Amino acid sequence: MRYLLRRLGFYVAALWAAATINFFIPRLMPGDPAAAFIAKIQQRGASVLSPNMINAVRLQFGESDEPLWIQYFKYLNNLLHGDMGISISQFPSRVSQVLITDLPWTLALVGLSVIISFVLGTLLGVVVSWRRGGWLDTVLTPLLTFFSAIPYFWLALSLVYILALSLNWLPLGGGYDTLNPDLQVGWNSDFVLSVLQHAFLPAFTIVIASLAGWMLGMRNASITTLSEDYVLMARAKGLPERRVMLAYAARNAILPSITSFGLQLGFVVAGSLVTEIIFNYPGIGFTLYTAIISLDYSMIEGVFLIIALAILAANFLAEIAYVLLDPRVRHERGN
Amino acid sequence: MQQPDIESQTSRSSNGQRNGAPAGATPGAILANGAAIQTSGEKPGEASKQTPWHDTLQVLLGNPRLVVGLCIVGFFVLLALVGPFLARQGPTTLSHDLFQHPSLQHWLGTTQRGEDIFSQIAYGARYSLLISFGAATGSTLLSMLFGLTAGYFGGWIDEVLSFLINIFLTLPGLILAVVIASFAVRGPLSILLVLLVTGWAYGARVLRSQTLSIRSREFVAAATTMGEGSWRIIFTEILPNMIAIVAAGFVGTFIYAILTEVTLEFLGLGDITVPTWGTILYWAQGDAALLAGGWWQFVPAGLCVAILCAGLTFINFGVDEIANPALRQVGKQRKKRKVVV
Repeated sequence: MRYLLRRLGFYVAALWAAATINFFIPRLMPGDPAAAFIAKIQQRGASVLSPNMINAVRLQFGESDEPLWIQYFKYLNNLLHGDMGISISQFPSRVSQVLITDLPWTLALVGLSVIISFVLGTLLGVVVSWRRGGWLDTVLTPLLTFFSAIPYFWLALSLVYILALSLNWLPLGGGYDTLNPDLQVGWNSDFVLSVLQHAFLPAFTIVIASLAGWMLGMRNASITTLSEDYVLMARAKGLPERRVMLAYAARNAILPSITSFGLQLGFVVAGSLVTEIIFNYPGIGFTLYTAIISLDYSMIEGVFLIIALAILAANFLAEIAYVLLDPRVRHERGN
Repeated sequence: MQQPDIESQTSRSSNGQRNGAPAGATPGAILANGAAIQTSGEKPGEASKQTPWHDTLQVLLGNPRLVVGLCIVGFFVLLALVGPFLARQGPTTLSHDLFQHPSLQHWLGTTQRGEDIFSQIAYGARYSLLISFGAATGSTLLSMLFGLTAGYFGGWIDEVLSFLINIFLTLPGLILAVVIASFAVRGPLSILLVLLVTGWAYGARVLRSQTLSIRSREFVAAATTMGEGSWRIIFTEILPNMIAIVAAGFVGTFIYAILTEVTLEFLGLGDITVPTWGTILYWAQGDAALLAGGWWQFVPAGLCVAILCAGLTFINFGVDEIANPALRQVGKQRKKRKVVV
């Protein structure tokens, strides 16, 4: 328990660090984002901004005449109250509002894909290591290695081109069929069906691209475990093969996979955000993209914070799972 | 925070796989203990007759994965060096051949503005390789500095540095990169900076845990007794035992750097007027080339990234196998067992 508390402390500190980085990055950068932004607005609108508006924009970018540390504490205080400022690209919505509407889409898409990919990859890893050098191993291992070397967004583009554009099997993008006026947003079967249809391709992309990581990790851990004496013992006892494979070898081999879960999660989530951009998926990744294009800095910061929060939370959950799975941690790691 | 023991169980090729993972830092190479690494260069019996260089070369060339990987990377280096001279027009030169299929005139077709894609790919290779090489070198140096210092000195220095390392490990690197890049002045230097900031942590953690285990060996104690300074011990006694890990970390960061750089530029966070693999894709997306059926604007750049990264992954596998005799022995034993069966 003390171990978990200590870890919880670390994650809170990490979250604070993320917020602090978020605060200082715009202020450390050379150049003047506020000035660039004002110039951009004036170019577009061809009108001159009033001094009040210029001041407001400067405040938005964190340029104020107050001392830095006062600004910093105000910023932290605002964050604690869930206030991340006002979005410029989706004016006058608040960043937090936009994020709350986007979050369910991303959580559902990315969450489900990650779980599918983790479970499937781990199972494949177990099977492949059990018959190392078999046809499955020789075909699947290099193939998935190649897939994982492809940038997510490019894999997504290729799949869109083949499956959606050339073969016309699946929709090009979007979260649901926005062109169909009969479709009502809510919990009805048509809408759910449409959402599933639109989610399939992006989910497929994420699973394919991240499968190799989980599979290879599990494969290599399993190979090490399979040479352990207790596996030999289990076999010698004449236990059914599946039992030895899952209850003896896999259960021990999965530990490193769970340790690296948190580390890999960050990459998977980041990659899938880019995937969302390709599919115009109404989640956080797409919002991030619009924010980048329209220089909506408070939105970019908000997206970073919410993703950091999600990933830190997932990491913490993975550690709890680790403690539950590995009795050694419970007993030895009391520190 | 301290989980080197668990990490060392993660075996080798789990690294360098994930997209954008600086994971090539080869957790598996940890299995290769310092002593084992040193033996790779000198086989008993042979070493006395031949020069060590010749022998090293033989070991390197004897590993098919490494050779394949080196060939792929060599091809891209060649493309970066020679490619621009083969191109018939400059990468940003506009022509009247708009949006053409690949042909003899334009090997990889043209964009909607009439730019030659082969030319862009060749110049892009130069850019991507240089940036990624710089980022990988810088990150490796940073990770050595952090990892070795934390592992060797221990105590509160270790606490502080490990905390930093872990923070940078858990924060989502690509998103952080996007945040930094969107605030910075658009251009190659910013991309390099972003890659440096987000790329060093994984290697640092691996090196730290390895330093911890090497530190307790006798030869370090001997050096301390002889009164050698801390930095001398770190760089001349400990570091040489981790060359393979450093090399694997370098290759892994290289992969991460390429993938991240291309992604950032695809998002329009680089200098979009400079032709690179990422900006080719940025313009392809911006021009809706895919909807118009212009596959040649997408396929070459993406394939280049994928093949180059696959090549680097192969190099990592190869380095692992050479550095860690255990991996090779496992292979031999398996073959023997098969014969018996």
